[in-house]
Amino acid sequence: MTAITEAAGGSSRPRSAGEGRGKRRTGAESVRSGPLLLAAWIAYALLPWYWLDFQAPAGMAGYPLGPAGSGLALALSGKAWWLAPILIPLIVATVAWRTADPLRRNGLLVFAGALGLWAVLKQGFVVGLKGWNFAWVAALMGGPGPSQAGFGLGAGLLLLCFLLLMCQGLAGRGWCRGDAFIVSAVGIVVALILLFVFFPVSTILASAFQDNAGHLDFALFVAKITDQSIWGLDCVTGRLRCGVAWNTLFLGVLVGVATTALGLAFALIATRTDFRLKGALRILSILPIITPPFVIGLALILLFGRSGAVTAWLSEWFGIPRSRWIYGLPGIFLAQALAFTPIAYMVLVGVVQGIAPSLEEASQTLRASRWTTFRTVTLPLLRPGLANAFLLGFVESLADFGNPLVLGGNFEVLSTKIFFAVVGSATDQGRAAVLSLVLLAFTLLAFWAQQMWIGKKVYVTVGGKGDAGLPLPLPKRVAVACYATALPWALFTASVYVLILVGGFVRSLGRDYTITLDHYLSGFRIEQGAGGLVFSGGAWDSFFATLEVAAMAAPLTAVIGLLTGYLLTRQRFAGLRAFEFSTMLSFAIPGTVIGVSYILAFNVPPFELTGTALILVICFVFRNMPVGVRSAVATLSQIDKSLDEASLTLGARSWTTLRLVVLPLLRPAILATLVYSFVRAMTAVSAVIFLVSAKYNMATTYIVGRVEAGEFGIAIAYASVLIVVMLVAILGFDRLVGKRKLGRREAPPVTVAAGG
Amino acid sequence: MSKAPASVTFRNVSKRYGLVTAVDDVSFTIEPGTLVTLLGPSGCGKTTTLRLIAGLEMASEGEILIGGADVTRLSAADRDVSMVFQSYALFPHMSVIENVAYGPTVQGLPKARAREMAAEKIAVVGLAGLENRSPSELSGGQQQRVAVARALVLEPQVLLFDEPLSNLDAKLRRRVREDIRALQQDLNLTVAYVTHDQEEALAVSDRIIVMSNARIAQTGTPRELYEQPADLFVADFIGDANILDGVLEEERGDRGLVRLGSIQLELARRGAKKGPVKLAVRPDALAITTVANGRASVEGVIEHSSYLGRSLEYRVSSPLGELFVVDNGRAAVHAPGSKIQVGFSESGIVVLPN
Repeated sequence: MTAITEAAGGSSRPRSAGEGRGKRRTGAESVRSGPLLLAAWIAYALLPWYWLDFQAPAGMAGYPLGPAGSGLALALSGKAWWLAPILIPLIVATVAWRTADPLRRNGLLVFAGALGLWAVLKQGFVVGLKGWNFAWVAALMGGPGPSQAGFGLGAGLLLLCFLLLMCQGLAGRGWCRGDAFIVSAVGIVVALILLFVFFPVSTILASAFQDNAGHLDFALFVAKITDQSIWGLDCVTGRLRCGVAWNTLFLGVLVGVATTALGLAFALIATRTDFRLKGALRILSILPIITPPFVIGLALILLFGRSGAVTAWLSEWFGIPRSRWIYGLPGIFLAQALAFTPIAYMVLVGVVQGIAPSLEEASQTLRASRWTTFRTVTLPLLRPGLANAFLLGFVESLADFGNPLVLGGNFEVLSTKIFFAVVGSATDQGRAAVLSLVLLAFTLLAFWAQQMWIGKKVYVTVGGKGDAGLPLPLPKRVAVACYATALPWALFTASVYVLILVGGFVRSLGRDYTITLDHYLSGFRIEQGAGGLVFSGGAWDSFFATLEVAAMAAPLTAVIGLLTGYLLTRQRFAGLRAFEFSTMLSFAIPGTVIGVSYILAFNVPPFELTGTALILVICFVFRNMPVGVRSAVATLSQIDKSLDEASLTLGARSWTTLRLVVLPLLRPAILATLVYSFVRAMTAVSAVIFLVSAKYNMATTYIVGRVEAGEFGIAIAYASVLIVVMLVAILGFDRLVGKRKLGRREAPPVTVAAGG
Repeated sequence: MSKAPASVTFRNVSKRYGLVTAVDDVSFTIEPGTLVTLLGPSGCGKTTTLRLIAGLEMASEGEILIGGADVTRLSAADRDVSMVFQSYALFPHMSVIENVAYGPTVQGLPKARAREMAAEKIAVVGLAGLENRSPSELSGGQQQRVAVARALVLEPQVLLFDEPLSNLDAKLRRRVREDIRALQQDLNLTVAYVTHDQEEALAVSDRIIVMSNARIAQTGTPRELYEQPADLFVADFIGDANILDGVLEEERGDRGLVRLGSIQLELARRGAKKGPVKLAVRPDALAITTVANGRASVEGVIEHSSYLGRSLEYRVSSPLGELFVVDNGRAAVHAPGSKIQVGFSESGIVVLPN
């Protein structure tokens, strides 16, 4: 491609007196690097290079040197001489800015941007907190080497400027139809995904191949990954325990089967019977979103634990001895089945509704009985949906961390084992990394199987045209089977939730049923102090921190997710498929793995973020971003692309089009993403438990802490407060948008297409 | 309108998507103030050509000029071209006036001025009084006029229509295509118009560019295309045609003596040399009679007949092959199986070059 600006900048285009036309901007003006260049120079020469802690003001002592010193000053004074080479790309970019020839200018910009990124990153990775980060550099340069802290404000801004300069250059050379906004958006999203998804995961990989001193050790990796504690099969032959990998897989399969069967029963009742309490089934679709996953486990302890309500009742009336059976496989299985059945239900409801009724009617007119129709038409059509639901249940079980933590007992699964390898008495990061790899491999395999095997077998049974047929009622025996499975389970679920809501108001479930507000008071006491209200309850800190982090994460998630969705559906560029895959990757990675990888990657310079609220926000943003991507893709694929094109031909650039045309139409998706990411940020536990600090404790980790300390009352009281807060948020949103689409969790491409 | 319309010129333009070539080495010029139709079957590259003019696609090779200026590398937002989309692409979250005022608004004009310009164009398309409706409250025909008003509001050098009639019902189509033609002539606009409907193309165009397989098959006025098709494809696509094999027996200046089975016709030779030739025979150039009509008729058997009210259509098997005949007279219907004579008149028969 030749330079777009060349044609645009020329004055050869005749302009007539028509109004408005004079305002049409040309391509040359849109690629303006002046302000960016200025920002880059400010970032390098004026802003503090290392300081990032927004809570504590930078010590201005000694500025422009000192702790808040700028990159340029530190480099020239020799205190951080390795920052000096960054001057070169800056000068190149400045030369580019003064260059008139567009082809040369854009080439220089790309070169300067790329060189700048490389120069800043390289010095950051080479010079660490404890001197040279690589043995060979130390050997080459001698000595322990200089030390520096992680990137701060100046370094971060400079990186961004270099990235954008490079994108401007690429746009000038005709990338993405010469649209600088689009190229920059792609550049930023790709850079963020590289930094916050690929970089941590590759750190885990690297760490798995190293010993704890940081030396490459392949034999150790082999020894670790083939360890008996992971793959041992002793439980088959003797009474010894099996390896943790087998435990995890076995549990996952059990949970997958159970949730699929239960979900199918609920889905059939909801769509194919005239069951009167269908409205209640809708609650099922909200429950998993607002319930922190481990709360179910907590409720099970309160029901069936040694001093649980049911246990006490059984031992009093029937003399059944109290036991600890709930701790271990049965407990985790029950808890996960309770927690994840609604997910299977939501997937399967969509699939059952997606079956065109005319297919069943066709079968009936060919004189098949209801049962034969169900067996030979309905069930086979459901098969991909069933497989999908199973895989989701399987993956959720693998990723679940809270329930095994509170209910596990001696039954170990990968997610808890990883946790204890990091925080336990015998801290072993290498071991945690190896276990994370195994877990990651399982999950990715499951997702891969889903894509390869089911993705191609999807029966899109509803076309664009409306289907006038009526769905068949269920055959009698199927209906009976559904009711027999679903109703007791629904009752069980209901009683668990009642217990969660009631449990906080009694002194001690199973022992002392005196009604009390003590638990709420100790957690959420508000006193009238000298200077106004004082939030003296123990839970307030974590509650506010959670709200704060969730409120910061939600809009960022929405912005990045929706922007990515927009790029995926509306733009064509090289590497689009890989780009799409990488945006979905963070969803497939179990939270525990994310947690470990963030610790490994962001605990040391150049990206030193642990202990800040920022890392929690970032973690949530990239965990939940795929939801924003999916909802934007779903919404945008229903909006004809010609709307954007009409705006373009009327002289609006892509940013104006995005703002005036796309965003207003995306409003439901934006709100859904905001609420979803807000709520998920409040309920997540697996990743954040690694990342919380004394200053930023989260509600969920606070509750887990109370459970581990045996303070069940306050834990359950706090959990019900969370559930109520989120219920209010979701219902308020429901009212606001008037659309009940929220039930969809990240439903991977199911067979459904909306009927016309 | 004060401004002079601009020409559009393609010089050896190609557009490739990977291995697929959507537009292959296409060159043409649309004269200022004319309405030119891009006509062809679906997938022939006509819509891609239109989008290349708009700047919604970027040419892989070649040059595109609008009003003499090279716009090949300009994005859609920078070209002085507006488009009426097949789906109309009205912004559903804006009222009629907001839709039409969108162009001037994003150009940075004051809101009042933008609305003034919009109101003027809404009046031009005859929708005054509906300014504050939302697009969903309008009929299909009205929506289409809003789309036209929106495209007109910036007084573009070139106006593009992408199958503008395809979402309208059959009766309305005739009205709307007359309206578009009248508007184009009143405002003296340069218009490029995409359609796959040859009748529509014949009705509205100054010139037609027939496309096939990413290339231009023939360019000409409607009459030239119908009466002097360049090849088999154009003959078959513009109006129906029976394609028959004949032999050019004798060259007589620019005419020739063509033998077609048992009959002989003297036709314009159109560069064909002595030897086998292809003939395009319009269905209405054939007449069905019960008795032989001199030399220029062959025997045939009615295979199938359709009564269409205004005309009768027959499929006739004959020694020359199967013939498609349209009878516009008020003759009696011949039943299938009847033995009849098919008469050839020399006016609706063309020799195809090569």
